Amino acid sequence: PSCHLTRKKNDLEAVRLTYTDEEFDELCFEFGLELDEITSEKEIISREQGDTKASGASDVILYKIDVPANRYDLLCLEGLVRGLQVFKNKLEAPQYKRVSPLSGEPQKLIITKETEAVRPHAVAAVLRNITFTQERYDSFIELQEKLHQNICRKRSLVAIGTHDLDTISGPFTYTAKPPGDISFKPLNQTKEYTATQLMSLYKTDSHLRHYLHIIEDKPVYPVIYDSNGVVLSMPPIINGDHSKISLKTKNVFIECTATDQTKAKTVLDMMVTMFSEYCAQPFTVEEAEVVYPDGKTCIYPELAYRKEKLSSKFINQKVGINESTEKIAQLLTRMCLLSQATGVGDEIEVEIPPTRSDVIHACDIMEDAAIAYGFNNITRTTPRTYTVANQFPLNKLTELLRQDLAAAGFTEALNFALCSQEDIADKLGKKISEMRAVHISNPKTAEFQVARTTLLPGLLKTIAANRKMPLPLKLFEISDVVLKDETKDVGARNSRRFCAVYYNKSPGFEVIHGLLDRTMQLLEVKPARGEGYHIQTADDSTYFPGRCADIFVRGKNVGRLGVLHPDVINRFELTMPCSALEMDIEPFL
Amino acid sequence: MADTGVLETLLQRVEKVDDGVDSLDVATSLGVDHQVIVGAVKSLQALGDVISAELRSSKHWELTEEGTEIAEQGSHESRVFSCIPLEGLAQSELMKLPFGKIGFSKAMSNKWIRVDKAHEGGPRIFRTVESIEDQVREKLFLVQKGNSTQLEEKEKNELKKRKLLSEVTVKSYWITKGNSFSTTITKQETELTPEMIASGNWKEKKFKPYNFEAMGVAPDCGHLHPLMKVRTQFRQIFLEMGFTEMPTNNFIESSFWNFDSLFQPQQHPARDQHDTFFLSDPAHAHQFPQDYLERVKKVHSEGGYGSQGYKYDWKIEEAQKNILRTHTTAVSARMLYKLAQQKFTPVKYFSIDRVFRNETLDATHLAEFHQIEGVVADYGLTLGDLMGVLHQFFTKLGLKKWVEVGNSGVFRPEMLLPMGLPEGVSVIAWGLSLERPTMIKYGINNIRELVGHKVNLQMVYDSPICRNPPTHF
Repeated sequence: PSCHLTRKKNDLEAVRLTYTDEEFDELCFEFGLELDEITSEKEIISREQGDTKASGASDVILYKIDVPANRYDLLCLEGLVRGLQVFKNKLEAPQYKRVSPLSGEPQKLIITKETEAVRPHAVAAVLRNITFTQERYDSFIELQEKLHQNICRKRSLVAIGTHDLDTISGPFTYTAKPPGDISFKPLNQTKEYTATQLMSLYKTDSHLRHYLHIIEDKPVYPVIYDSNGVVLSMPPIINGDHSKISLKTKNVFIECTATDQTKAKTVLDMMVTMFSEYCAQPFTVEEAEVVYPDGKTCIYPELAYRKEKLSSKFINQKVGINESTEKIAQLLTRMCLLSQATGVGDEIEVEIPPTRSDVIHACDIMEDAAIAYGFNNITRTTPRTYTVANQFPLNKLTELLRQDLAAAGFTEALNFALCSQEDIADKLGKKISEMRAVHISNPKTAEFQVARTTLLPGLLKTIAANRKMPLPLKLFEISDVVLKDETKDVGARNSRRFCAVYYNKSPGFEVIHGLLDRTMQLLEVKPARGEGYHIQTADDSTYFPGRCADIFVRGKNVGRLGVLHPDVINRFELTMPCSALEMDIEPFL
Repeated sequence: MADTGVLETLLQRVEKVDDGVDSLDVATSLGVDHQVIVGAVKSLQALGDVISAELRSSKHWELTEEGTEIAEQGSHESRVFSCIPLEGLAQSELMKLPFGKIGFSKAMSNKWIRVDKAHEGGPRIFRTVESIEDQVREKLFLVQKGNSTQLEEKEKNELKKRKLLSEVTVKSYWITKGNSFSTTITKQETELTPEMIASGNWKEKKFKPYNFEAMGVAPDCGHLHPLMKVRTQFRQIFLEMGFTEMPTNNFIESSFWNFDSLFQPQQHPARDQHDTFFLSDPAHAHQFPQDYLERVKKVHSEGGYGSQGYKYDWKIEEAQKNILRTHTTAVSARMLYKLAQQKFTPVKYFSIDRVFRNETLDATHLAEFHQIEGVVADYGLTLGDLMGVLHQFFTKLGLKKWVEVGNSGVFRPEMLLPMGLPEGVSVIAWGLSLERPTMIKYGINNIRELVGHKVNLQMVYDSPICRNPPTHF
C-alpha cells in the first residue's frame, strides 16, 4: 500500500529545491519514492469530469508521489521537503524539542475512568505562536485527514482534534457520557445537538457516516470539556464549533484520543514535528500534562529520540557493499538518522528521531543505508546457494496429465475457485447443506459465497459463454476444489480434481467413457474389478437417471461420470445433451 | 470436365488461326450453346497454359419472343391483310383473331385496307391493294441471321420500341494459343492414390496444381489454456534455477500463517474486511505450534530479537480467523518454519498458485489471481544477491523492466527469528502475478477474457506457445 502526495511544484521551488521533472523523478527514485504522475488540477478534473468542468481550474503543476505506507513523515509537504533537503545535504535534520510554557503551568488533560468503556487513551500538546498561511493551514488539515485514514485506521485506533487554545481554558477533562447527556454545537453547524441527535444527523453525511460505527453501540460516548464546560470534541466523530481553528489561530491545542496508546503517541509526535516549523520558536512544542484516572501523570508529546548501536560490518554484509564506518554514518545521516562512528571498532551510533516510528529494527536502518547508497550502485551478485530442485509431486502429475488430455482432443478451461452457493448446489440438483463447502462471511457479491466443491459448474458456465462455437465442445480442467476437513488445522483442505465435459447434439457418453479409459491407460490402471478400475451404476441427482456411474479404482470410489440431467442443462442455460466426468487425482500419486 | 470432343475441336480451331477465335463465333459455327464453349475454355485453363483466354464483352441485337413469332409467321398487319378475302370481312370477325387489333391499325396506317362503315350487316373491311411487302418480317429475318448491321440504327430502335428487338450484352472469350499449346488433352489427376503408387503409373500422370493460397484444415485437437502455458514456463524457469516447488494446495489459511507469522500487525489494512475474504464456516483454525505462537505474540506486542515490536495488544482471536489466503507467502512461512525445526540447510523454494483478495473488481483485477513467488534462504545473503537473482530470473523470462511487475525484499528478522531460524540466515523473496505477464504476452486487455468462464474459447484455440526468452514481450 502507498499514499499519494499531491504537491504543487512551486512549493518545492519556494524551499530551494529546483528541479526539472526528470531530475525530480530521479531524486524521488534515489530517495526510495516513486513519482507516480506529473499532472495539474485542471488535468485531473478534465479526466474525471470532462473538459468543460476543467476550464477554470488551476494548471499549476502537481506531483503525485507514492510514499511507503509506514512513512508518515512523508505524508505532507513539510515533511517531504525536509526529508529531501536533508538527503541532498541542504539542511541538517532539525532537533525537535519539548518545552515548558514560558509562563504558568502546562495545559492539563484529565482522563476520567468512564473512558475505559469506550476509548481509554488520550495525549495532548500545544503549538505556541504558530503562523498559518492558507497553504500551511490546508496542509495542516490534510495531514490530519491522511493520518486518520492510515495509521489511525479510519479513526478507529486514533482520532485527532485540533483547537484554538485562545477560545478555551484548561484544565480539560476527557470523559465519557451517555449520548443523551452530551449536548453541543458541532463544527460548522448553527445549533446545539445531543450526541444521539448527531448520530442520526451524520447517518447521511458522506464523510462522517464511516466513523459512526466506532462508538455507535457503546453505552457512553467519549467527550472532552474545558473548565467552563465547553465541548472541545466528541471523538472520534466531530469537534465542537466553539474551538475551531482558523487562519488567525495563534495557539493550537492538539489532543489525540485512542484505543491504542502507542499509535496515539506516534500520531501526536507526527502532527507536532511536522508543523512546529511554523512556531515562533521553530521545532519546539509546548508540553501538556495528562492526568490518568489513577492519579498518575504523564508529559506529552514524547518526542523520544532512540539510540541504536550497530556495526558497519552488519550494514556492509546485509547490503552487499564495502564502505567505511564514516561513510555509512554519513549515508544514514542523510536519511534523517543522525549517525556517527563511536570509535569503538566499527561501531556506529544511530539516533532515531520521533518522526521515524517506522524504524523499529536494525534491518530498517540497513535499508535506509541501502537507499542512501543507491540501489543501482549495489553490485548484483549470484547467491552461492547450492540446491537440487524438486517438483511438488501433485503438480508434476497435473502437468503431465494436462498435456495428454489436450492431446486427447479436450481443451483446457480455467475457472474461479470461488462461486455462488447456487452454482455448486441448486443448479446441480443438490442441497447446499449436503456439500462440504467452505463459506465466506464477507462476500461483496454472490459470486464469492463459497469455495467450489466441484469443477463441473465452471466448465458448464464456460460452455454457456461459448455457445456460438462449433460443436462438439470438449473441455477439461484439472484444479483444486476446497472441502471442509476436521482433521486439518484450519478445518479445510484442497482436493485436486480432474473434470471433463462433452457437449454436442447427442450426449456422447461413449466419448467421456473413452476419455476415462484413456486417462486410466495414462495412469497405468487396467480395466478390471479389484486391482484395476471399473464403473458401476450410481444414483446422482446431477445426472440423468440410469446414465450415471461411479468410478472405482482398486476398489475405491474416486469419481463419477454420466449424462447430465436435463434440468441441470437448463439451469446452466444450455440446450444440448452433455456428458461429464469428475474424479479425484490424488489417489494416483 | 467438359466433353473431350468439344475440347479437342476447340483446340483444333485455335490451331488453324494465327491470331485467335471468339468463343461466340465458335459456338455459332459448331451449332452449340455458348456455355458449352465457355465450359471448355475453363477446363482447358485448368490444365495449365494450353490456351490463353481473354474475357470480352460485346453488344448485339436479338429478337424478342414476339419478334421471333413475327419472323416465323409474318407481322400482325400482313396476317390481317392475308386473311381478308376479296369480298371483305366483317370487322367484328377480324377483331376475334389474336393479331386482329394490332394488325388492323397497322394495316390501316399502311393503307393496305379500308373500312366500309355503312355496309349492310355492320362495318366491313376490304383490301385496298393487290399485294403487300412485309418489311417488318424482312428486317427481323436479317437480325435473326446475324446481319443486323444491314439495318439502320433508326430502324432497329423502332423495332425495339415495338418490343420485337432487344439489345443484349454478351460476354465471350478471345481464345489464343498458350505457351504449352497442344491439340491433344492429357487428363490431370487431383491426388496421388495407393493404386498409382502400387502400379507406378504416377510417372505418366499429370497432377492438378494445388492452390497454395488457401488455408489448410485445422487439426482436430485439444488446446492448453494460455495462462497455464505461461505457468508451465515459469515453473520451468524456477526448476532450471534449482528452486523446489512448495505445496501450495491449501487455499484456506489461518490469519496466523497468512499475517501474524509474517510480522504483519493485527490492525494492518490488508487484514480489513474490505481486502480479505474471511470464512464463516469453518470460521477458525484450531491448531498452532504453541511455542512458536507465543514467540510471535511476543515479538508483535513487546518486540525482541533486536526489534521494538509494534507495542499493541496481540489477540489470539485475530490469529485464529480463517481466511482465503491473500498471498502464497503464507505457504512460504509454513515452509520456513518447518525448515527451522530441522538442522538448517540452505533452500530455494518457489510456488505459482491462486491467491484471493476481496477487492473492487475492474478490467485488470479479479478476486482471485495466481501469485508467482521465489524464496532463497541461506547464510549471509545480501541485497546484491536479491538483485542478482532477480536479474537472472527476469532475464530468463525476457523481461527487462522487471521492477514494474513485481515486488521483492528481504524477510524481516521479526519473522524469521521467532521461527527458530539461525541468526545469520537471511531470506530473500520476490513475487509477481502470473496474469499480468500473460496479458502482456497474449495482448489481452480485459482479464475476464483470459481467466474464468467468460473466456473466449477461440482465443484459447488460437493462442501460440509460450517460450522464454519470449519473442513478443
